[in-house]
Amino acid sequence: MAAPFDKNDDSVVVVIGTGAGGGVLSNELAQKGVSVVALEAGGRHTPQDFINDEWDSFGQLAWLDPRTTSGDWRVAKDFSGLPAWIVKSVGGTTQHWAGASLRFQDHEWKAATTYGNVQGASLLDWPIDAAEMDPWYTKAEDKLHVTRTGNRPGLPGNNNYKVFEAGAKSLGYKDVHTGRMAISSSDNTDRTMCQQTGFCFQGCKWGAKWSAGYHDIEEGEATGNLEVRPESHVARILHNDEGKVTGVEYFDKDGNLQMQKARVVCVAGNSFESPRLLLNSASSMFPDGLANSSGQVGRNYMRHMTGSVYAVFDKPVKMWRGTTMAGIITDESRHDPSRGFVGGYEMETLALGLPFMAAFLDPGAWGREFTTALDMYENMAGMWLVGEDMPQETNRVTLNNDVKDKYGLPVVNVHFDDHPNDIAMRNHAYQQGQAVYDAVGATRTFPTPPYPSTHNLGTNRMSENPRDGVVNKWGRTHDIPNLYVSDGSVFTTGAAENPTLTIVALAIRQADHLASEMAAGNL
Amino acid sequence: MKKEKSVVSMTRRQLLSGSAALGAAFVVGAGFVASPTASWALEVQHLKPETMATLIQMARDIYPHDHVGDEFYAAAVKGYDSADSKDTVEAGIAALNAAAVGKGHSSYVGAGWERDRVDILRGMEDSPFFQTVRGGLVTGLYNQKAVWPLFGYEGESFSKGGYIDRGFNDINWI
Repeated sequence: MAAPFDKNDDSVVVVIGTGAGGGVLSNELAQKGVSVVALEAGGRHTPQDFINDEWDSFGQLAWLDPRTTSGDWRVAKDFSGLPAWIVKSVGGTTQHWAGASLRFQDHEWKAATTYGNVQGASLLDWPIDAAEMDPWYTKAEDKLHVTRTGNRPGLPGNNNYKVFEAGAKSLGYKDVHTGRMAISSSDNTDRTMCQQTGFCFQGCKWGAKWSAGYHDIEEGEATGNLEVRPESHVARILHNDEGKVTGVEYFDKDGNLQMQKARVVCVAGNSFESPRLLLNSASSMFPDGLANSSGQVGRNYMRHMTGSVYAVFDKPVKMWRGTTMAGIITDESRHDPSRGFVGGYEMETLALGLPFMAAFLDPGAWGREFTTALDMYENMAGMWLVGEDMPQETNRVTLNNDVKDKYGLPVVNVHFDDHPNDIAMRNHAYQQGQAVYDAVGATRTFPTPPYPSTHNLGTNRMSENPRDGVVNKWGRTHDIPNLYVSDGSVFTTGAAENPTLTIVALAIRQADHLASEMAAGNL
Repeated sequence: MKKEKSVVSMTRRQLLSGSAALGAAFVVGAGFVASPTASWALEVQHLKPETMATLIQMARDIYPHDHVGDEFYAAAVKGYDSADSKDTVEAGIAALNAAAVGKGHSSYVGAGWERDRVDILRGMEDSPFFQTVRGGLVTGLYNQKAVWPLFGYEGESFSKGGYIDRGFNDINWI
């Protein structure tokens, strides 16, 4: 049967969320002939709709529904109602992402084994490893047209990159280049080549950057097997007396409650909304929420060790011109405890426009120390620091029953405390980032605090033993055989790399698993 | 500057009839605040003109950019001239002036050195009024498209074909 599907059709797979996980999974299943209904809380925004303006675009794309925060992380102070900078749109945060597409390093699949006992950290090895993931990574790189993989050339370096590269080389770093990016670097494909427009975070108006929103979703719809329902906010997952899920209840664009039956439900709402939905689906049979017999739903929230370094020079840089994330230094991504911390971090160029620089350079600051920095905006270069943070059971997404969304559903509270390893890594990264720019004559450098989280991981983590996590190696919940999780919330540990490529690779692999299980009559 | 609706141009003659200087930077009259050179003026309907002038000075002292004219600060805070904000702002500026008097100045704008005014602001930076004004300026000042060129920022580039042929890698000093 072809899309659209009847709400009582219980042969469909329901996918909740259409980002890197859900959008890819929906398409991959549709390509295999599986009927899919994808429910997306956000609206549909195509490249023509995107806006080359930071705040206007933020208003268009960002997830602005209420959330609350607690813990000692600075985001809770600077942006108490906005713990994450993620997207509510068909395509999810792949509309906004910069495009960095890095594989995990082999040892990062085995964080507990590699790093040993780290006080206060709930480290665990993934139940999968680099060898198992290798072919899925290759498929993901081909899907995303990742530069510097599969004979695809690298992107040219912009001004921000030229400063960064010169500093890196002067400092003795060996592995610096314009990155592995899901941005088209040649005219020899069906995707427009990067035009160096400089608004990657605001949605690529050329469609040069891969987004699930206008690549996978449209490909899936073309098969006739995928129906996407935008502005559909899932409120609850339903189950029967056997403890199997049977469908979902969702609010449609007019605020009316609808029910869609399902053969399988795949949750892919990012690391806040996915555990929120499982917890909000509590029933008499599952009083602590679905798939939560371990008590692990919502725990081990990770957001990557992050920070930025901006620097001012005595001559113009114009960092906003061209690819937002235009290059990478990977020398510090190794595991080398002699630096005073376990795990590693990446250094990646980043540019903000003047409006966002004013908001994020030093939130809350005022007076001439701050404004003389902005006075030199044209002469600024910038980089983002992103590394592995330690999972902690107490870093946790919970329901806040005191705050309700417009549907009357409890919102999430996001609690996060930095682990001492995160702090040691951030301080090292600040020092090295500042050294990169000092090496090419910076007159002033700024160790800039973390932005609201863009990499939201954990909260439904993957584990070999059902006691330690929420899902198994396929993303299937340990408790409910036809309930899956398909987003970054399944990350057992975060690794140093930007997570999207891994989320995509896991979604492609999960689609293969689901199709085989359904064909075998197991689902 | 592109004229905002309520940042109106006035002739020097209009301006000087019935106005008084407030500090060195402003003249105020019935229903308006202006620069001494009449290069810009802001109509006020709800706030006292002296209050608006003080608020503009406060905005500049919070985010001082010497190459950015007062009219941009005026545009950033003109939204406080509303029936809803009036009482809060009048009370906040009254507290600011009282703090200035407490430190031996005639008023906030009567403190001639920026360092003296900043000292007054530091004494109230945790107050809701200060934080509201400061927080509002982050977008009110820096998200004015007319301000961007003063910082070199070029804004949207899609309509111009991006920077692929317009200098994305044009620095030559590195």
